[in-house]
This record gives sequence, structure tokens and C-alpha cells, in this order.
Amino acid sequence: MSSLSRLPFEKEIYALEDLLASLETKEGGEKGSSEEIRRIRKEIASLKKTKFNNLTAWETVQVSRHPDRPQLLDYVEMIFEDFVELHGDRAFGDDRALRTGFARVGEFRVMLMGHQKGHTLQERQECMYGCAHPEGYRKALKNMKLAEKFNLPVICLIDTPGAFPGIGAEERGQSALIANNILEMTRLATPVICVVIGEGGSGGALGIGVGDRVCMLEFAYYSVISPEGCAGILWKTANETTKPTAAEALRLTSRDLSRLGVVDHVIMEPLGGAHRDPKEIGNTLKASLLKMLRELVTIPVAELLEQRYMKFRKMGVYLENESQNQSAGSA
Amino acid sequence: MSSKESNQPGKALSGRPKRGVPEGLWIRCPNCKASLFRKEVEARLNVCPECDHHLYIPTVERIAQLLDADSFEEWFRDCRPCDPLGFKDRISYQERIEAEQAKTMQFDAAAVGRGFIRGRPVAVGITDFAFMAGSMGSVVGEKLSRCAEEATRLRLPLIFVSGSGGGARMQEGILSLMQMAKVSAAIARHQQSGCLYISILTNPTMGGAAASFAFQGDLTLAEPGALIGFAGRRTIWNTVRLELPEGFQTSEFLLQHGFIDRIVHRSQLRTEVAALVDYCEKS
Repeated sequence: MSSLSRLPFEKEIYALEDLLASLETKEGGEKGSSEEIRRIRKEIASLKKTKFNNLTAWETVQVSRHPDRPQLLDYVEMIFEDFVELHGDRAFGDDRALRTGFARVGEFRVMLMGHQKGHTLQERQECMYGCAHPEGYRKALKNMKLAEKFNLPVICLIDTPGAFPGIGAEERGQSALIANNILEMTRLATPVICVVIGEGGSGGALGIGVGDRVCMLEFAYYSVISPEGCAGILWKTANETTKPTAAEALRLTSRDLSRLGVVDHVIMEPLGGAHRDPKEIGNTLKASLLKMLRELVTIPVAELLEQRYMKFRKMGVYLENESQNQSAGSA
Repeated sequence: MSSKESNQPGKALSGRPKRGVPEGLWIRCPNCKASLFRKEVEARLNVCPECDHHLYIPTVERIAQLLDADSFEEWFRDCRPCDPLGFKDRISYQERIEAEQAKTMQFDAAAVGRGFIRGRPVAVGITDFAFMAGSMGSVVGEKLSRCAEEATRLRLPLIFVSGSGGGARMQEGILSLMQMAKVSAAIARHQQSGCLYISILTNPTMGGAAASFAFQGDLTLAEPGALIGFAGRRTIWNTVRLELPEGFQTSEFLLQHGFIDRIVHRSQLRTEVAALVDYCEKS
């Protein structure tokens, strides 16, 4: 693993892992035999546990952006079958930051969509770092409508720093397209499951983020604005001090969102984060998706839409007539 | 609202505007920098006589210009913000709320209600740039949602006038983002019921406001020269390092690119809205 993808707070873990690896090499075939090796393994596990149970908000953001963290196409490989990508938005072009297509998961045929950020530099440039343009959102909606027509559930895997902020995006109506997606998703007459698998960046996330179930992986984040953006505006500068402060203030971790009643489930990650064991997070996510699909397909559409309406209708905290109205789930 | 609160923020929207054109005999146009006689600007609906720039107008003034005299009946005035996250930047959100309330004499950035436009009954929602840049937190989201729901129930045309430069309000974090979905859901139901929604974009309408209610109208109008878009100038610069062309993200730019239906001068707004309402009346 390249040193670039080693997060600062993982330093001690990596140091022990390197030590373990060198000891194991020395011992050759007799893996895990010596007392020393067993001791180090135990220490690594307990260190991971302590670290990852106590991540700060900013550290969580860093984990969510880890270059080795599984992305949409990794999950396509791991847990979906027969993926048939659908490219066209019928107006402008094929957005590589937002992919859509038919897929099978378990006993279900679904419409799968999500952001793809890319792992290597070249991939990242091709995918615009997971920042979709208006054509991406148009393509997503077109295929959600297709799913609605044939009663296929829609699964949205969200992983974006935000919708692309650029000249072309503005010329082609970034806000209008996102607005339209949000509105249509509130009444799409088929089950919709949204999972924030990495970064849940503001409107870019919400543009495919309105559903019957909204979930997050444990170390994903979901926020109204990136910590960098928030620090730049409210603290006037985004630096190594203000970014962690902003991340903390925004309450963007899965634990916070669960408490605020914004996400329905938090999907637990393997020890040390999804990037350390993609296979395990794949299995967990698949099990979670299947469980939700099985629940949602039994609900009549009219009821589903009413529940979806009420789910979002309740969100928000404000005062009125000397009492406080809170979103569901908040303490 | 009880009478004891009449001197508190959120009191009935009537009387003199508390903000907007600064006190004093003369003001400077933020666009052409000309020194203008305040009375003359006010007489022209706060439009610059030199360059036709549409200056900011507070909610009371907007209501007076758009609706028939004394026809506005405000809804849900008692809906007030609190600090669900315990948010603190250089000052706490609670302090910020109190300062903004004192400055604007409003509880938050939105006012909603019903009224008449040249005799036609409508439901109206206005977001006001003066209060935290018109940003949408729980209160703005709740009031706009209820307004759309009331409009559906009463079968009224819905008119939202957006002046939200702040988009979704950072200080309420993810709850602000969720307001975008909440308001959209209410607008979707209004639309589904066969009623008309006219969105009027004013300077500025950005971010989360633009990416939700402001761009969901059956008809979308804009005042001339308004700044309207998704990402702010600074965000774009930080991402792509490109200087933005002259006139980028203005009403005229949006018209040219096909995202709004009409640019309407403030003096014509009431007449145009009335005409559009008539066109969309079901026979």
C-alpha cells in the first residue's frame, strides 16, 4: 500500500503492521507461530478498535475519502450481477461521474446508480473526482423514470464531494437539474434506497438522495457543505486548524445523522474502515440492501409515497408556541 | 401572536421597512455607484434611475409591490429558529440568530401567507436576503412547505419570491440540506393537484435555494440582473481556477441558456403575474 494512502492517524497501526509483516517474512512458512507475532496481532486489533471507535469528525472525512475505499464500481463487482450500464442523458452527453444501469442483487432486478470517483489519478480525472454535471443528474432521472415504469426498485450509492462547480455546469443548469431530481424523487412510484458509501457532498448527494430509506456507511459523511467550504466561509480560511473545527461543528458523521433522524440505518464497517476489508463491507452492504428491498417491495406504492413524504416532512428543528418541534429520532 | 410580543422580531409585517435602503437622504447604487436621491429611488420601487439596477427590497416592501394593498394575511408567523446542532463558529448560531432578528425585526428569513394580486387570490412565500443571506434552515423550510401545503388545500396559485444568496444554511448542517427535499415534496404535491406555481428569482438566488424550490416552478421569472446559480464565484475559482465571464450567472445568462421563462422588470411584476395566473386558470 502506498504511503500516500496512509492516513496520519493510522500511522501507529501501519507501523505495527509493517513490523508484523517483517516478522512473518522472517519466520517463513510458520505464520503466527511465535508469541511475539500473536502479541502484535492482538495489539493491532485493539489499536484499530480504539482509534476507529473514537475518530474525530475530520478523521471520519479522511476515511470517507480514502483512495482505497470501495466505490460504486467495486460494489458492482462484489455484490451486483449482470450490470448493464445505461449511458445516455438524451440531451448533452455521458457523465462519467455518475453511472446508471440495470443490475441484479439477490433475487431482485434493480436500477442501480451512483457516483464514481476513481482510484487512480487517471480514473479520477476521467470521473471528475465524482463531481457530476447536469447531464449526470438528467441521466439519473431518466433511468429512475424507467425503473418506475417497470416497477424496479432504485438503489443510489452516493459518493461525491459535491456537484461540479464550473462554467459548463452552470451554463447547463446545475441547480435546475438537481432541483428537478429532488422533486421527482419525492414522488417516484417505486422503492428508492439511498446509501452514502463515502462522501455525501451537499446538493450533489441529494440530487440522487431522496428515498424511502436513507442509510450511511459507518465512516461516510453527509453534509450541507464540505468542511473546507464551511471553513473558508465562516472561518475565512480553510487550513489544518479550521477544517477539523468546521467538520466537528457541521455534525456530519453517521452517528450525528442517526441522532438527528436524517438516516435510517448506519451500516457498520469492518475494523479499521471499509478500505481495509472491501469484501466484508461488500457482504454487509449486500445483506443490508436485501433486507431493505424485501421490506419495501411489500409496501403498496401509495403507502410508500405517503411514508416517504412524511419522512422528509418531519425533518427540521424549530420553535413554535413555546414548544420545540424536532425531526424524528433526535434526543 | 400575542400583543405582548408586538415589539419582538416577527411582529406583523406592516409599516415602514426597517432595512434595505439605508437611512439618509442619499444612497449609492451598488451597480453604477451613482449617488441617488433616496426618495426618487423609492418612488421607482428601489430601481436605480441611472442604470436600472434592481436594489434589494425587504419583505414588507416586496409584499407592498406585489400584492394588492392590505391584502396580505401572514401565516405561521410564530415559527422561530433554534440551534439544533449547538453550532459555533466565531460566534454561536444562537447569538447570530438574535443579532439578525434585532437587525431585521424578523424571526427568520422567510415570510409566507395569502393575499391578492389584482384581485386574484394567491399563496405567497418570500425569502429575504437581509436575514442570514436568505439562507434556508428549518424555519424557512417549514414555512415554505406549509405554504405549499396550504396552497394545495385551498387550491391557490403558489408564488415564491426567492432572495436566498446563502443557499442551505450551514449552521443547521444536514437539517438545512433536508429542507430542500421537504419543500420539494410539498411543491410536488401542489403541482400534482393541478395548481400553478410561479417562481420569481431575485438577486441573489444561489446554492440550495436554486437547487430546490426556486427552480421547480411551472413558470420561472427573474428580475433583471439578478445573480442566480448553483456554485458561488469563489467555489468555482477554488475548483477550476477560471475567471468567470462578464454577466455569468445573471438573469440574462439564464434566459439565454433556457432556464427561465421571462425576465420581468419590477414595475411590471404584478401585472405579469396576474396575466400568467389568468392564462393558467382551468376553464
